[in-house]
Amino acid sequence: MYNKEKLEALKAERQKWEETEIAKVLTKKPERKEKFLSTSGYEVKRLYTPEDIEDLDYSRDLSFPGEYPFTRGVQPTMYRGKLWTMRQYAGFATAEESNKRYKYLLEQGQTGLSVAFDLPTQIGYDSDHPLAEGEVGKVGVAIDSLKDMEILFDGIPLDKVSTSMTINAPAAVLLAMYIAVAEKQGVSSDKLSGTIQNDILKEYIARGTYIFPIEPSMRLITNIFEYCAKYVPKWNTISISGYHIREAGSTAVQEVAFTLADGIAYVEAAIKAGLDVDEFAPRLSFFFNAHNDLLEEVAKFRAARRLWAKIMKERFNAKDPRSMMLRFHTQTGGSTLTAQQPDNNIVRVAIQTLAAVLGGTQSLHTNSRDEALALPTEDSVRIALRTQQIVAYESGVADTIDPLAGSYYVESLTNEIEKRAAEYIAKIDEMGGAPKAIERGYIQQEIQDSAYKYQQEVERGERIVVGMNKFQIKESAPKGLLKVDPAVGELQKQKLKALKAERDNIKVQESLEALRKAAEGDDNLMPYILTAVKQYATLGEICGVLREVFGEYQQSVIL
Amino acid sequence: MNRPIRVLVAKPGLDGHDRGAKVVARAMRDAGMEVIYTGLRQTPEQIAEAAIQEDVDCVAMSILSGAHNYLFPKVVQLLKEKGGEDILVIGGGVIPEEDIPGLKEAGIAEIFTPGTPTSVTIEFIKNNIKRN
Amino acid sequence: MDIRAGIAAGNKRAAARLITMIENGEPEAVEIIKENYDKIGTARIIGVTGPPGAGKSTVTDKLAKLLRKQGKKVAIIAVDPTSPFSGGAILGDRIRMSDLNTDEGVFIRSMGTRGALGGLSKSVNGAIKVMDILGCDYIFVETVGVGQSEIDIVKVADTVLMVMVPGLGDDIQAIKAGIMEIGDVFAVNKSDREGAEKTATEIELMLDLNGNTEYRPPVKNIIAKDNKGIEELWEAIEKHHEYMISSGNFNKRRQKAIETEILEIFKQNLLDKIERLEKKGEYLSDLTKKVFNKQIDPYTAAQELSSILSKEGGI
Repeated sequence: MYNKEKLEALKAERQKWEETEIAKVLTKKPERKEKFLSTSGYEVKRLYTPEDIEDLDYSRDLSFPGEYPFTRGVQPTMYRGKLWTMRQYAGFATAEESNKRYKYLLEQGQTGLSVAFDLPTQIGYDSDHPLAEGEVGKVGVAIDSLKDMEILFDGIPLDKVSTSMTINAPAAVLLAMYIAVAEKQGVSSDKLSGTIQNDILKEYIARGTYIFPIEPSMRLITNIFEYCAKYVPKWNTISISGYHIREAGSTAVQEVAFTLADGIAYVEAAIKAGLDVDEFAPRLSFFFNAHNDLLEEVAKFRAARRLWAKIMKERFNAKDPRSMMLRFHTQTGGSTLTAQQPDNNIVRVAIQTLAAVLGGTQSLHTNSRDEALALPTEDSVRIALRTQQIVAYESGVADTIDPLAGSYYVESLTNEIEKRAAEYIAKIDEMGGAPKAIERGYIQQEIQDSAYKYQQEVERGERIVVGMNKFQIKESAPKGLLKVDPAVGELQKQKLKALKAERDNIKVQESLEALRKAAEGDDNLMPYILTAVKQYATLGEICGVLREVFGEYQQSVIL
Repeated sequence: MNRPIRVLVAKPGLDGHDRGAKVVARAMRDAGMEVIYTGLRQTPEQIAEAAIQEDVDCVAMSILSGAHNYLFPKVVQLLKEKGGEDILVIGGGVIPEEDIPGLKEAGIAEIFTPGTPTSVTIEFIKNNIKRN
Repeated sequence: MDIRAGIAAGNKRAAARLITMIENGEPEAVEIIKENYDKIGTARIIGVTGPPGAGKSTVTDKLAKLLRKQGKKVAIIAVDPTSPFSGGAILGDRIRMSDLNTDEGVFIRSMGTRGALGGLSKSVNGAIKVMDILGCDYIFVETVGVGQSEIDIVKVADTVLMVMVPGLGDDIQAIKAGIMEIGDVFAVNKSDREGAEKTATEIELMLDLNGNTEYRPPVKNIIAKDNKGIEELWEAIEKHHEYMISSGNFNKRRQKAIETEILEIFKQNLLDKIERLEKKGEYLSDLTKKVFNKQIDPYTAAQELSSILSKEGGI
C-alpha cells in the first residue's frame, strides 16, 4: 500500500529515532516492562508504523463492507443501517418465571430473546432423573416437555421475535419443540427466526454438556442443517462457538483457530452427508468472546472474518457470498469478571462491548457485574443492557464502519492473528480434522496449557487483575443476590407426573419406537423427533432412546 | 512428612466447566501432591467411593452450577457413612457468601470462591489434612 | 482405624489404608501382610501395558465389566508417572472407569511411580497382595509401557496384555525394544482407524522373529470404547492362562516373580538400613571425598559401607 522508497526513508527515520530519542529516554527511565507480551504469545511493539503493514493490499485484504473477504464487516452499511441485536441471555428456573423475564426484557427495548436452559435439559435428562438432583432450574430454565415450552413462550408471538437457544447435544429436540409451539400459535416454521447453538465439538473441547459420541452427534447436526434448509429457512442452524473455548482459558488466537477448525468439520460433515455447500453455509453463524485487550479483540474479529471467508471460498468452493460471511454473536468475557469489587465489572463489560462493536458483531450479550457471584439480579441485567445502549447511542463508534481499519497496530495484529490461527488449523488438518484432534485431547491440552500459564502469571503478579491481585480492599459480602428456589425441582417432578398421566402413552411409545428405528438406520431424525415431541414425549425419553442407540461420549482428558 | 499428599479433585453434578478444577489439579501436582482426577459428571456416591479406595487426604470439589448446597453436603455425609470422616473436604466455584456458613456447618472445611490463588488452596490443604 | 480388623472383615477402607502404608514404607504394613499371607495366591494377575494414548484404561474398564457380569471380584491398580520435577502426579485413569466406581465388587487404586529406588515395584506388589487378601479374583495392573521400572511391574503378571493402537508411527519401533517381548496377548485398539491392519501386521512380523513355537501370542483387533472384540480378547487371555497351566509355565513364572521379589525386598532392606544409619550423611560424604581424591576406588568404598552396615546396621 505504500511507496517503496518512502518506506525505506521511513525505516531510516525510525531507526534514527530509536537510536537517539528512545535510547536517551531509556537510559534515564526504562519502560514499565522489558517485554510487553500479549496473552496470545506475541510481543507488542513500542510503535507500529507503515512498515508493519507494508504488504497490506487494500482490495485484497480489506475490501469494502459487505464484500469479500469481509474484513471490514458483513453488511454494506453495518450499524448505520441497523444496530446490532442486543440480546441478553436469560433463563430462570421455571418456564413461568422465565416467560415473565422475557416479557420484561422485551418491554425494556431488547430486540431478541436468548434462552438459557438448566443443566439436566442441556444433557437430555428430565427433572426427575437421579443425576438432575440439585441441578433443576439452577443455570437456566428446566424444559421437560412441550408443555414447558408452551408456557415459556406464552403470549410471545414467535413470528415477531428472534430467539436464540443455548442448546447443543439435544438441540434437535428443543428446536422441534419450538416449531411445535409456533404451530400452535398458528405460525408456520418458515416464519421462524433465531439460532440454536448446536455446536457439539466445543462441548467436547470446553463446555462439557455433551451426550452422544462424536459421530452420531455430527449426524444429528447435519440432519438439522438439512431439515432447516427445507422447512425453517430463516433459522441459524448452528452457532459455532469460540466463546466457551476462550472461557476455558484459550488465547485469542486459539479462540479463532479452534472455532474455525470446528466450523470446517461441520462443513465437511454436511458436504459428506450430501448437502450442497451454498445450501447450508449461509445459515452458519458464529459466537465469540470479548475480552479486555480491546485492540487485540477488534483484530481478532476482523481476522476471523477474513480467514473464514478464505476457507469457504478456497477450500470449499462456495459460490454464494453469504456462505463466506462470518456472522457472529458476541458475549462479554465471563472469566474476566471478578468476584472482588464487582462494580468494577461494569467497566470491564463496557470495554468489551466496545471491542465487540468495533469488531463488527451482529448481536451482543453483555454480562452483568455480579455473574462471578451468582445469577444476575434485574438491576445488574439492566445496567448491562444500558452499557450497550450507551455505546450504541452516545459513543459515536457505531456511526462509521470499521473505524479502526488502517491503524498500523490493528491491521498488523489482524494479520498476525490470522497467520497464527491458520497455522493451528493446518496442524489440526494434519491430525485429520477437529474431531480427531479432540479425540486425541490435543485441542483441550493446548487450552489447558494457556489457562494454567495465565493463572500462574496472575499468581506471580505478572498480570494485574484490578481488585483481585492488586488494589484490593476489605469488602463485606454482597447482598441481594438472586437465589433459585430449591422447590423448583419438586415442582418440575410434579408437572412430569401429571403429564405422564394425561398424555396418550401408547402414541408416545409408538413415536419413540419409530425414532429408535430411524436412529438405527440413516433417515433424517428431525421429523421423528418432531412427531414424538408433539405427542408430549419428554426430552429425557427422546434422548434416552438415542442414548440406547448411539451410546454416550467418553471424555478424553489429558492434564 | 515426606509422603505425597493425595487429593481427589472432583466435579460433582452436571456442570462441565472444569477450567478451575484442572488448573487447581495442575497446581497441586506442581506442589508435589498426587492428584486423582475424576472427570466430569460425578455423583456424590462415585466421589465418596473413589475417595475411600484411593485413601486420599483431601477431597476438593468444584461446582459452578449452583447445585453446591445439595451436592457438597451429600459427599460429606457419604464419606462419613463409609468411614472416611477423617478426610478433609473443600469446595470451590461460584458460591454465594451467604451459603458458606451452612456448607461449613455441613462439614465442608473451606470454600474457595473465584479469584482465590491456587497457592492459598494448596497451603490450606497442607495445614489442615487430618493425618500425617 | 483398626486396620487388622478391617482387613479381616474385607473392608475397603482398611485395605485402601493398608496400601497407603505400604506405599509410604510403614513397617507395620509388612507385619499385617505377613499375618495374612496364607490368604494370598488365589487371585489371577493381569498386566496391561502399551504406549500412552492406546486406551489401556478403557480396555481394562471393559474387561472388568465383562468379569463383573460373571460375578467375579475385580481389582485394578493404575500406575501413572510421577513428575520428576515436583514429585507430584496427576492420576487420571479413573475417568475412564467412572461407572465401576460404585460397583461393590470392584476396587480401583491409582498410583504414582514416585521414582524412588525399587519403591514402585514394592508398592505394586504390596497392593496386589492386599487386593488378593481382600478376595479379589482378578487383579489388573495397568502401566504405561515406557520405562524399565514399569516393565518390571508388569512382569509380576500371570498374563501380560499389550494394548497397541494404529498410527503411532515411529513409536512402535521404540516400543518394540524391550517391551514387546513381554506381551502374552496383543490387542490393537481403535481398530476402526486407518492403519490398524498395518499395526497388526507389524506385530505379527515381530512375533515371527521371536519364534516361540510352543505358544504364539494372539493379536486381536478391538474397539474398546464401543465394547467391540472384548469378549474375544478375554478368551485369548483365558487361552494363555490354560497354556501356562498345562505347560507348567504358570508355576515357573510365579516362582520367578517370587525370586525377583525376594531379591527386591532384600535390596530394599539394605537400602533402608543405609537410610536409617544414624551417621549416614557423614559416612557417605566421607567415602565420596575419599573416592573423589583418588584415595580409594568406589568398589572399596562400597565394601567399607558394607562393613559399617554389619557393625552398626545389624546385618
